[in-house]
Formats: sequence, structure tokens, C-alpha cells
Amino acid sequence: MTSVGTPVPRVDGLLKATGTARYTADIPFEDLTHAVLLQATIARGRIASIDASAAEAAPGVLLVLTHLNAPRLPRMRAFAKGGSAQQTVPALQDDRVRFAGETVAFVVAESQEQARYAAMLISVEYDEEPPAVGLHGDAYPPAKVNGQPPDYRRGDAERALADAAVTVERTYRTPVHHHNPIEPPVTIASWDDDGGLTVHEAAQGGVHMMRLGFAEALGIPRRKAGSIRVVSKFLGGGFGGKGFMWPRNILPAVAARLLGRPVKLELTRAQMYTSGGYRSETVQRLRLGADRDGRLGSIVHESTSTGSDMGEFPEPCAQITQMLYACPNVTGTHRLVRQNVGVPTFTRAPGEGPGSFALESALDELAGELSLDPLELRLRNYAETDPEHDRPWSSKGLRECYSEGAERFGWSARNPEPGSMRDGRWLVGYGMATAAYSSHTWPTFARVRIRADGTAVVRCATTDIGTGTYTVMAQVAADALGVRPGDVTFEAGDTRYPFAFPPVSSSGARSIGPAVRAAALAVRTRVARLAVKDRESPLFGADAATVRAIGGGRLARADDPERYDTFVDVLERAGLGHVEERKGYGVMPFLHSTASGIAPWPVGPLLRVATRPFAGRYSTYDFGAQFVEVRVDPDLGVVRVSRVVGVYDIGRVLNPRTARNQAVGGITWGIGMALMERTTTHPRLGKYTSPNLSGYLLPTNADVPDIDVHFLDRPDPLVNPLGVKGVGELPVVGVAAAIANAVHHATGKRVRSLPIGPAELLG
Amino acid sequence: MRVTVTVNGEQRRADDVWEGESLLFLLRERLGLPGSKNACEQGECGSCTVYLDDVPVCSCLVAAGQVQDREVRTVEGLAEGDRLDPVQEAFVEAGAVQCGFCTPGLVVAAHDLLDRVPRPSDPEIREALAGNLCRCTGYEKILDAVRLAAARR
Ligand code: FES
Ligand code: FES
Repeated sequence: MTSVGTPVPRVDGLLKATGTARYTADIPFEDLTHAVLLQATIARGRIASIDASAAEAAPGVLLVLTHLNAPRLPRMRAFAKGGSAQQTVPALQDDRVRFAGETVAFVVAESQEQARYAAMLISVEYDEEPPAVGLHGDAYPPAKVNGQPPDYRRGDAERALADAAVTVERTYRTPVHHHNPIEPPVTIASWDDDGGLTVHEAAQGGVHMMRLGFAEALGIPRRKAGSIRVVSKFLGGGFGGKGFMWPRNILPAVAARLLGRPVKLELTRAQMYTSGGYRSETVQRLRLGADRDGRLGSIVHESTSTGSDMGEFPEPCAQITQMLYACPNVTGTHRLVRQNVGVPTFTRAPGEGPGSFALESALDELAGELSLDPLELRLRNYAETDPEHDRPWSSKGLRECYSEGAERFGWSARNPEPGSMRDGRWLVGYGMATAAYSSHTWPTFARVRIRADGTAVVRCATTDIGTGTYTVMAQVAADALGVRPGDVTFEAGDTRYPFAFPPVSSSGARSIGPAVRAAALAVRTRVARLAVKDRESPLFGADAATVRAIGGGRLARADDPERYDTFVDVLERAGLGHVEERKGYGVMPFLHSTASGIAPWPVGPLLRVATRPFAGRYSTYDFGAQFVEVRVDPDLGVVRVSRVVGVYDIGRVLNPRTARNQAVGGITWGIGMALMERTTTHPRLGKYTSPNLSGYLLPTNADVPDIDVHFLDRPDPLVNPLGVKGVGELPVVGVAAAIANAVHHATGKRVRSLPIGPAELLG
Repeated sequence: MRVTVTVNGEQRRADDVWEGESLLFLLRERLGLPGSKNACEQGECGSCTVYLDDVPVCSCLVAAGQVQDREVRTVEGLAEGDRLDPVQEAFVEAGAVQCGFCTPGLVVAAHDLLDRVPRPSDPEIREALAGNLCRCTGYEKILDAVRLAAARR
């Protein structure tokens, strides 16, 4: 009877398969105007002159904004300081160019083609200065890394290293990554006659957060932010690239206010590379010290990533090293090097993604030094409690993930000798790695309404970024109410609905789920209270608190399930069109128990009703084990991933179908990271050399093997009443290392710089 | 210029079409058919795939003027009335849809594959759909969907 845990098909699948789901770019608008960005072609310098007269005279052109005529816009408050922006410097405010791709003009015309043509007529002269490119310059510590200090120390790692019997010291590199969701970002801004603003956004950033961002950018006092509505119903993927307020989100509203007409901005694929952040390249130095049995005595993880004077997002690579293994002496440091390439941001599996590549590769190298099985090495350093915070885990099934994964994969067949396994001409390699991710519970509210016909509607301002929120949250509400999931509609993506934090850091299920459940239980109790006071109800006189939902919209007496009432009947007798309740759930960032908090989000008053289940007493992580088989062509250096087994502890699985989608998709991200994905920057010009999908390779259908995913499906008894942890990022973590380790096993070659290609293997 | 074209079995006309416009633009912006998606405009992702005279094309790479007096079939034209095409049905049932932005293009490409090869092998499916990028699914369920649709057709 319960729906949670069953593979309910996606409720929006039909709309999407028939092409009738309306994504932001598909929404028809009266009187719409179209905008395009003109972007700087140099990475650093000044605009010596900009002449827009030909563009202004071109057919259909309504407005050209440059730094010479654009309205003054404020510097935005950084996300890390409770704001909504990663790039805090607004566009078109001065003649400086800080990175290639910075917006230098914003053109609005009657049609998109006219705007594009006009943008080509703008002539810009630059005074060029040599840009800072690459992680070569002076490194400096960031203010914070995911809300934590940039340096972490436990014990004395340097001394322990000096005393260690066996050491490994290596440097690993990962390149710039771009999120590349298939849907390009789109913003449509329109003002009504009363000064209200409506923005349709392809926004992962959470509509409420964006509302505050728009208020800040447009000089609307926060108490009047209610006049701003942000809507985001269907999103064609985000992965971090559609979070936060970027200049591209703000400019359409600015132009629409000037024109008195709605303005739509749709980015081109190339512009996506410079308009919504990216994952920084990283250089990571790893030093491990162990005794002869493989017990870790010391780990030093020093990570360097890109800094910017427009905002700061250090890729939090070392944070996974701080918690993953039982090691008494650990140092993790984060440094930045300023570059003229724009501000980085969160990208799926931020920190843990590239960080685990370094850590888990280094562990494999240590296993080689010790002639120890890589899995055995991990078991010898298994952390029974959280070594970083010195407290218990709320749940940790990692040991079972290892054993189940090894079993399914056939790990025991691995011949430890590199280059020893073959299949015809292919060299075969096995590799493994540990996965862990610090998913979060963010403050979230939901309103559940039971209607007179017994159906229910749930409203919450989160966004379904493609993960299946519309489906899974209907299941959660259905179970709490005792109705079928088909009787529940989940509505999201609108500031008119109760507050939700952006669905980032694998927080969706574990933040929204408990809020939806709490609200559904509350409204059910309200109906029960109506019934027990109603003489005509079979529940009359019963204790409302003990009334149970027995399915089919029926509420029964605890002592006698034969005596029941229904939502429909109770509401009808009470003459009510509907009954509703609103509840919240979540913990404030920073009070949360896992390693990476994010600076205080300004929703203070809301949070007083939010629960704090175990702040400070337990640590919650998602765990997993990744096993990979690769085949390497010895002559061509081509690497094919031929098998992947991933076993994950994500707490309770709310919907095995959508969870599996997330896992297989995440592993595929890991394959891309290991073998394909890289944005290259011209070393002198500071420009991306291939901002498109033929230069930046995404895994295609032909690149992905059969993937075996298994969930332990054990509810975490402490994390929340649903027992659910997170699944969005975990399956990415460790895949690149597992592949690199398998490539080493196949060929004897250790590649420490991603992506791994023929050049690395044949060179 | 004026473009006259049959779209999903219906004669359609668009006036004042600029020579530089793509078929994708024509469909989405002028004919009210936003099912085909604009994701790269460079022929790299397949999200804009439609049939042009029974041949699947990236509609972002076809000039609007090229479709004069020809036949176009989009994702909106695959279902017959209320009856979904087996490929669409299979995509929903197999769970091959996540964010769904790649789905319209994939549905058309898979439809074409099954027209040409009613019982494709797995490598054939992977190869045929390798021009349609998906950033969410990891392709597993898309493969399942094509197998399912093949079994049902
Ligand atoms: S939009 Fe046509 S192939 Fe990408
Ligand atoms: S389902 Fe999102 S891109 Fe394919």
C-alpha cells in the first residue's frame, strides 16, 4: 500500500516525451522582445571605445546597453556571505574587462535574429593587458571553503609523515569542467503596471533565493521583495550551472524596466561557458604516510584552484580527505591563484569529485607500494566514527558497499600484477575507489491541501531539476495521507509557494521529503480532528492523535479499522472546500553536522520552526564503492570503460527508478570526467579554445557500458523521519579515480592528470 | 520570404521569414511548435532532431527556406491523436526521461532507427543514438526504452 520505495513512473514523463512540457524558452509571451549578449574578446584590459550607433540604427533594435549608458547596478552579496551571487561584480558598470566572455553590451530587438545581427555591428576597441592564466601565480588562502576555514589540521601530519615507514607523494591535476546541461539558461523578465516583476527562469538556484537576488540587484527593498515573482517549472538540467544570480539573470529585468516590455535572453551554447560559472581546474598535492601493514599515519592534501577578484569559490577538494579514513594526522589546505577567467562555482560533486580523484588515486599508489589489495587497504583504514568531528555517523553502510560491490564485480579475480590481464588484444584493468558525499538538509517548507474530492495538492518552491521531485514528493505525501500517489499533485518552482532552499548538494529528497511528510501528517490530523468532533462520523469520540490512515483516503479508529471515515465525507459534512497545513523542516547551514556548511542564509525567522534533528551529535554522509573494468588498446591508447559496479548507501530509497537514474547518470559524469571532459584555456590569451560540444566532449550513448547499480536501501534512523540521505552527487565521486586505477592496472601507466587519453598513455 | 511547408500532416505558412533563419527557429518561433529543443545550434547535440521528408535532420542546421514544399514531422506529430507512438510510450515506461530536454530529439532519432532496423542490437542502438547527447540519464534507460519499443512495434 505504501508508495515510497516503489518505482512509480515519472509524472512528467508523458509531457516530456510528447514535446508538450513547457520549458522556460517555450513559454509564449505577448509583446516579447529578444536580447543577446555581446561578450569581451579579450581576457583583461579596458574598453578604449565602444560604438553602438550602427547597432542602434539596425532594423528592429530597441535598446543597446553598454557601460556608457547602462543603469548603475550594485555589487551583489556573495553566496558565501548569505547572498545569492558567485560573481559579485555586476555587468556594464565600467570600462574594465576582467575575463574573456564578460558582457560588454546587451542588445534588445523585436526578434532574436535582429538582436544577433545588431550585436555584430557594435565595434569595440580594447586596450589589452596580459591576462593571468593558469595556476602559476602567487597562491593565497581563501576566506572560507564551503563555510569552513581554508586550513584543516588534526594531529601533526608533517611529523607523522617523516616517521612513516612507507610514503607516497604525488601531484594530481584536474581541468576546467563546464556543467553543460542540455538546456541553455533562459530568462524572461516582465514588469507589470504596478511595478511588480515576474521572471521566468531556467533556475536551479531556488526561486526564493533568486527573488532576493533580484531585489538586491534592482534596488527593491527586501520588505517589498514580495512584488517579485520568480517561476521555474521545468528545467533542462542544472548541475550547478543554473544556480545563483549572474549578470545574465539581472540584465533582462533591467532592460525590461527601461523598455516597458518583456525581455527574453537565451544564451548560446558558447556563452554558457562564460556566463554561469564552471568547475575550476585544480592542482592537488597528496602525501600519504603508512606503516608496513597499510595503516595510514598521515595524510596531507593541498589543493589549489582558481581565484578571482569578482568573487570566490574555492573547489573544496581536501574536505573529503578530512573525513574518509581513520587516520590520526591529517592536514587539508585550500589555496587560490587569481586568474582572468571568471568566477568558478559548484559543479556536480563539488570538492568530492576532483578531490576524490586525487585521494583515491594516491591510495591506489600506496597499495601498489605495499603490494596490498586496494580494497584491503581501504578496509584497514575504515573509519568507524567520523574522525574529523570525532562523533558517530548517523549511518554508514560502506563496509557492505565494499563487500557487495566486490562480489558483484568479481573483484577477487583481479590479478594484482599490472598489465597481466588481457582479452584478445585489449589490456584489461580493474580499479576501485570509495565514494562519499556530504549531502545536506536545507530549510524547506511545504503546504499540503486536501480537497473536497479527496485529492491533494502539495506546494513547495523547490525546483525539479530533472531528478524526479514532482514524482517522488507526490509519493511521500500520498503515504502520509493514505491516498494513491496519482491523487496527489506536487507543484513547485514558484515564489508563491512556501520557501525552499535551492535543490543543491543532493539536498532535494532529504530536505523536501520531511517537510512534505510533516505537512501531510498535519493536514491529516486536522481532518481527523474534524471527524472526532462530528457526531455523524464513525470516528466520533475517538482520540484524533491515534486515528490512522488505512489507505484510499480513509481514516480509521486505532482500535477498530472497520470503523472509518473518508477525507471526502469529512470535508463534505463540514462544508469545507479544502483543508491545508504548512510545515517546515531542515537545519540551518552551519548547524548541520557534516563537514561543509554554507554561510548563513538570511531566512532566520523561518528557521525557528525548522527542526534540528541531531545538529552536532552525528555526522551524515552518503557512502559508496565504485568498481570499474577498463579495456585499453595497447597500440592506440584508447580506453573503453567496459563495466561499472556501484553500490551505494543513500539511506532509504524513495523511488528506485528515479534513484537509479541519478546513479547511472552520475557514474556517466564520472566517466566523462575521467576520459573526456576538459575545457582548455589559451595559455596566453586566456580564452576558452573550444566552448562548444564538439570541443568539450560529453559521454555519448556509445561511450557508456552496462552499469550495475545497487542500493543498500537501509533507512538512516537518525537523519530524518524518512531515513533518506542524498543520491545526486555521490555516484560521481570516485569514478574518475577508479578508472585511473583500472587504467594503471591494465597498462602499468599512472595518469595523474585528467582526462586520460591516448596522448597520456602512449607518451 | 514566405515559406510553405507541411508540418505534421498540416499545410503551414510563415511570412516574413528571414533567409538566415533555421528550420528550428521556424518551428519554435513561428509555427508554435516548441517541442524540438534548441540546445547548441551547431548540430552537436541532436535535441532539435525532426524528420525532413522521412530523413532525420538537426533542424538547427537546416535553413528555413530549404523546407519549402517539403514535409516535416516533429515530436509533436508522432502520436496519433491520443495514442502515443510506441517509442514515446516506451520512453515514459522505461524511465528514459529525466530533465527531458534531450527527449524530443531522442524520441525522433529512436523512431527513425526502428523504422530502418526493427530489431536493432545494442551496439546498433548505441551507435544510432550517439549523436543525441543526454546529460542526465547515462543512457541506460534510453537503451531500455528502444528495446521495449522494438519489442512492441
Ligand atoms: S540544437 Fe541542433 S544539434 Fe543541438
Ligand atoms: S534527460 Fe536531461 S539531458 Fe537527457
